[in-house]
Amino acid sequence: MDMAKITIDKMGCKGCDICIAICPKKVFVKSKKRNGYGSNMPEAQNVKDCIGCRLCERLCPDGAIDVEVEAIRDEN
Amino acid sequence: MNKLYEKYIKTDLLPTLFCPGCGNGIVQIAAIKAIDKLGIQDEMACVSGIGCSSWIPCYFKMDVMHTMHGRALPFAEGLKLARPDKKVMVFTGDGDCLAIGGNHLLHAARRNIDLTVILINNYIYGMTGGQKSPSTPEGAVTKTSPYGAADIPLDGCELAMAVGATYVARWTTAHPIQLEKAIEEGLTHKGFSFIEVLTQCPVQAGQKVYGFKDPAEIMNMYKETTYVYKEGMEIPKGKTRIGLLKHDEDTTEYIDRIEARLESQGIKRG
Amino acid sequence: MELNFKDSKQSVLQGNEACAKGAIYAGCRFFAGYPITPSTEIIELLSRDLQQVGGAFIQMEDEIASACAIIGARWGGKKAMTATSGPGYTLMQEAIGYAAVTETPVVIVNVQRGGPSTGQPTLSSQQDIYQARYGSHGDYEIIVLAPSSVQEMYDFTVRAFELSEQFRTPVILLADEVVGHMREKITLEGGFKNIPGGRRKQVVSPQADFYQGEKSLVEGQLHDESGKRIGHMAKDSGEFIYNINKKITDNIDLITDIETYFLEDADIAIVAYGSVARPAHKAIKLARGIRDERIRTKFKFLKTVFRKGVPAAINTDYSHLKVGLIKINTVWPFPEDELKRLAKDIDLVIVPEMNMGKYCREVERVLKDKKVISMPKCGGDIHTPSELLDRILKEVGVNE
Repeated sequence: MDMAKITIDKMGCKGCDICIAICPKKVFVKSKKRNGYGSNMPEAQNVKDCIGCRLCERLCPDGAIDVEVEAIRDEN
Repeated sequence: MNKLYEKYIKTDLLPTLFCPGCGNGIVQIAAIKAIDKLGIQDEMACVSGIGCSSWIPCYFKMDVMHTMHGRALPFAEGLKLARPDKKVMVFTGDGDCLAIGGNHLLHAARRNIDLTVILINNYIYGMTGGQKSPSTPEGAVTKTSPYGAADIPLDGCELAMAVGATYVARWTTAHPIQLEKAIEEGLTHKGFSFIEVLTQCPVQAGQKVYGFKDPAEIMNMYKETTYVYKEGMEIPKGKTRIGLLKHDEDTTEYIDRIEARLESQGIKRG
Repeated sequence: MELNFKDSKQSVLQGNEACAKGAIYAGCRFFAGYPITPSTEIIELLSRDLQQVGGAFIQMEDEIASACAIIGARWGGKKAMTATSGPGYTLMQEAIGYAAVTETPVVIVNVQRGGPSTGQPTLSSQQDIYQARYGSHGDYEIIVLAPSSVQEMYDFTVRAFELSEQFRTPVILLADEVVGHMREKITLEGGFKNIPGGRRKQVVSPQADFYQGEKSLVEGQLHDESGKRIGHMAKDSGEFIYNINKKITDNIDLITDIETYFLEDADIAIVAYGSVARPAHKAIKLARGIRDERIRTKFKFLKTVFRKGVPAAINTDYSHLKVGLIKINTVWPFPEDELKRLAKDIDLVIVPEMNMGKYCREVERVLKDKKVISMPKCGGDIHTPSELLDRILKEVGVNE
C-alpha cells in the first residue's frame, strides 16, 4: 500500500476540526501546534491508514488540506 | 493547500472571512471543482447578493459582481442578456433569495433564463448576527424571535419548482461529491438551475437553531435528517428530501425563445 | 418592418419618442424597464426598435429589477438605459447609489410627474429635482440633465451616454411630462454614434468589462483598485468618498452646459431648467417687445372684440425692459462658478419651478448678494409666459 502524503496549510487552517470528525479512517488528531488563526491544528498522525478518499480535501472549508497519493485509487 | 486553489482562488485574500467550520468553504470547493471539471473558468462570471454566502465568489479568480441585498438575480439577468453566449452563476442565501429577493426568484425562474443559482441555506441571517430568516424552522429561538419563530418556514426548492425552474436539486455540505455533480449538471443545463445547499452556521445558528455547536455534528445532523429522493418514492416523516428534485429538459430557455420569435417574424439581430 | 437608421432626417416626434431614438443613436443596446405614466412611450418604442438593431430588451418585474439589470448589462459590455417616473425613480435609488460607487455608466430617464407618492400620474412637475441629486443614501456626485424640448430630449440623451462613459457614472435625464409628451419638429442624426466605452482611468478603480479575461471584481462596499473591500479602514474609506465625488466636481467645466438669451445687457434674469425654460424664453421675448406677428394679429382681433382680459403684455411695448434668460441644461452638479459669472451684472433673479421652490435655494445660496425670487407652481400647470412677465413687471414696479 503506497502511503499518502497529507499537508495542512498552517495559515489556512482555522481549527474547526471537521477533518478530525469526518475522516473514515481517523487519520487526523488534534495537535498542540497552533495555526495562523490561533487555535490548535490537526495533524495527520495516522497517515498510513489513509485510503485517498479525499473527503478531507472536499470538506475542509478553507482548502487547507492537500492529499498526495502515489497509486490511483477509486474515490468511491 | 488544496490543489485547485492556486488556479481558482485569490490566495492573497485568504483567510476567508468565514467563521471556523462554516459550510460556505465547502460549497466554494464544490463549485470550483465543478467549474474545473467542465473547464469553463474563462466563460464564467459570478454574481452574488449580500450575506455570508455571497462572499463565496469574491475569492474567485473570475469576473465577479457583488451586488445589493436580494438583487443578485436581476443583475445576473441583465448580464446574461448582454452576453447570452457566456455563463453566469449566482450565489445567494436564504435571506437574500427568499426574503428580499423572493420576487426576483419568482420571475427569473418563470422566465427559465439560463442561470445557475446556488442557494446556500443556513436557516439564519448569519452576517448580521443571527436573526431569523424565511427558512428558519418554527420555534427556533433567534435574535429576532426570542420567544421562538412563529412563521411557517419557506422551502426554497418547492418555490423554485412551482414557479418554473427547470433544474432543481438540494444537497447538503455533508454530501460534497453529490453537490459537485449537481453543480456540474446545473451549469450544463440550459435553463434556470436552482441548487439548494443546506449548510451549517456554527456561530450564529448553532445551538439555538440546529441544537449543535460543533460544525461536524451539524453536518452529521444533516446527513441523518435528510433522505435522498428518487422518483416516486415516499419520504419518511420528519426528513427533508434531497437529491435531484426536478430536471426538465423540454422547456425552452428564455433567450432561445426570444430569438425564435424574432427570427420567425423576420427580424435579424445586429 | 425595416427601420431606416441610415440617413439623417427631419421629423415630428413626441419627446419620449425622441429620447428613445436618441438612445439607439447613442449606442444603447440594452433596455430594462417597467411601464409607468408618463414614461411608458419610451419602453414601448424601445421594445420594438432595440431588438431590430441587435440590442436586448426586457420588461422586468419592477423598477428595482430594471435598475439592477441595466447595471449588470453594462458590465456585460452593452450600453444600458432605463426610463421611469416618480414612484419608480424612488425605487431605483439603491441601485443608483450602487452604480455610483461601482462607477458603472448607465442612463436613467425620469419623466417627472406630480408627486408625492402616486400623486398626479398624468400631470407634470419638477418636484424630483433634489431627489435626482440626493436620492440615494451616502455621499456621491451625479450628473443630471434637464431637457426642455423634443430636440433636447434627443440630444441630451446622447449627451447623457457620452458623459456617463466619460466619467464612469450614472447620468439622470430629468425630463417631465410636458416635454415627454409634447410633439415638435426634430432633426435626427443618421447612422449610429460611436461613443467609446471602456476602462475607468481617471477614477478610483480601473476595471474592465466582464469576459475580457481581466477578472474584475465589482463591489458595492467601498473598495480599492482590485475591488477588495476597504470599508473597515477609515482613512482609505474617506479618500474613496472624496475621490468619487471629486471625479465629477473637479471636471465641472467639462460637464456644465448653460444657454443664455438676451443676457448681455440684462439687469433681470430668469433662471430656469426643463420645460419651464420654454415659457421663460417666451416671457423674455415679450418683455423685450419681440413680438410674434402671428399671435399679435390674433390678439388684435380679440382685443377689438373683448377689451377685458387681454394680457397686459400684448397691449404695451416693454422693449425697454432689460431681461435675460439663463437656461441651465446640466442642473447637477450645480454650476456655481458659471452662474456667478453669468449673473455678475444682474440685480434681480427670478426662479420659476414646478415645485415648492427647490432649485431656487441653490441659486440663492450662490447669488447671495442678489435679490433672488422663487416662483413655485404646483398642481401640474406649467407657468405661462404672461404669468412670468407679470411677475417681472411687478418686481420692476410697472403697473397695468
